[in-house]
Amino acid sequence: MKQSFFEIRENVKLADGVYRMKLEGDTSAITASGQFVNIKLDGLFLRRPISVCDVEGDILTLIYKVVGKGTAQMAAMQSGKLDLLTGLGNGYDTSTSGSKPLLIGGGVGVPPLYMLAKKLLAEGKSPHAVLGFNTKSEVFYAKEFASLGAGVTIATVDGSFGVKGYVTDALSGLDYTYFYTCGPEPMLKAVYNAASTSGQFSFEERMGCGFGACMGCSCQTVTGYKRICRDGPVLFKEEILWRK
Amino acid sequence: MAEMKVNLCGIELDNPVIPASGTFGYGWEFAELYDINILGTFSFKGTTAAARFGNPTPRIAECTSGMINAVGLQNPGVDRVIDTELPKLEKCFHKKVMANVSGFSAEDYAYTCSRLDKCDIVGWLEVNVSCPNVHGGGMSFGTDPKAAATVTKAVKAVTKKPVIVKLSPNVTDIAEIAKSCEAAGADGISLINTLLGMRIDLKKRRPVIANKMGGFSGSAIFPVALRMVYQVAGAVSVPVVGIGGVSSAEDVLEMMLAGATAVEVGAANLVNPYACRDIIEELPNAMEKYGIKSLSEIIGGAL
Repeated sequence: MKQSFFEIRENVKLADGVYRMKLEGDTSAITASGQFVNIKLDGLFLRRPISVCDVEGDILTLIYKVVGKGTAQMAAMQSGKLDLLTGLGNGYDTSTSGSKPLLIGGGVGVPPLYMLAKKLLAEGKSPHAVLGFNTKSEVFYAKEFASLGAGVTIATVDGSFGVKGYVTDALSGLDYTYFYTCGPEPMLKAVYNAASTSGQFSFEERMGCGFGACMGCSCQTVTGYKRICRDGPVLFKEEILWRK
Repeated sequence: MAEMKVNLCGIELDNPVIPASGTFGYGWEFAELYDINILGTFSFKGTTAAARFGNPTPRIAECTSGMINAVGLQNPGVDRVIDTELPKLEKCFHKKVMANVSGFSAEDYAYTCSRLDKCDIVGWLEVNVSCPNVHGGGMSFGTDPKAAATVTKAVKAVTKKPVIVKLSPNVTDIAEIAKSCEAAGADGISLINTLLGMRIDLKKRRPVIANKMGGFSGSAIFPVALRMVYQVAGAVSVPVVGIGGVSSAEDVLEMMLAGATAVEVGAANLVNPYACRDIIEELPNAMEKYGIKSLSEIIGGAL
């Protein structure tokens, strides 16, 4: 973990309610895809955790959805500095992927899979992304995944773009060795039940600190209590205990 | 040179700054951020006889200048703390630590304290009779002077280490409870634990916190905490540890003038993991600004 200031270099709207912010600063603490940063914002007490979409040298890319005061404040920023804690969370483990891993993302669960796709491609693997959105106006990053060289399947709940239905409706017919997923918890649970292989899940939870101090985001797993922020956010399929 | 040493119940602290229980784990994980030996000491995560997962999530809610938590005393239980956590701490912390203890009966508190009494690294036992997030224990002992005294006596009977009783602000007269603990043998009083609070999610029309209510902390509560420290320090003769909304060196000085011998820093650690280091570094400047040569001399100066 590292605390440092980042300069806002870009902040653009990608889709309905979804923005991309590029920040320049010390990215050295970010060691894996699936990690997150925790952002201090003026007037808000707790930091806001946002998953890392990409890192290129000293440029950090975040994609976030406006869901409350913090993200609304971020969306209005055009320049300035932000106080970030970086290198938080365990991130995805690519050693278990096999040759044809599936990347299953829902909404703002899509961004961390982008950096993961780059990593898997760099390791000589052939990732295929299945990205789910509510409707066409919320779709983002389909082209960016394709440009990397990953296969891409888009699903929208209303059928306005790509396959009609949920990401799990787009899984049939796909040949894969493993999967990585990130998205809302009902989607994660559906993927858990539908996927035919093992995989890794990135979870979201309201956090206090984001670095393991407060136990605010704990969950129960097969291997004991885990803090989503520090022992996660990525959990292996075999260790997940769904909450009742 | 600024003299920051204070004496807390017979143990000298290099400075009065103490990360509060529940915001610093069992310490060793924070040694990768900075040398935690710069701290006066720290109070480790509230420990109970048996392991506890705590409450369901969400456990955290944002508030204006503060936060609510309803963690519910998640901890691995005293056996694992002694076997696993404290040996890890001993490798990176060479001072006495404050052991924070909770329970569900006087016997329960006494059992956990008797186990921790055997640990050399434990300097003080901070007996938490004020957790608002558990049922049938915690705060129910801290809201009744007799029950608080019963727990204090039970703990005092099993240890020679100084016992500091941590009080709840969710009472009518905190000084009365402090006096009752002092009469029962408490070597010190720490206060305040969190204020019972809640938030409602307007979209869902439900409480944000799964446990509905939780403990409110953060800089918003500093004036309330300071007032209660002042009241308690005026009512008892044992040392008082000031807790609640402290986030700067100036806050530490105010707490000490109100009667605190040492000061715990809680929620500020969760926003800035270096908060205690920053406060310790800033203290000499703040002391110089207000003409303070020795911190121990200002304790209770405003009483």
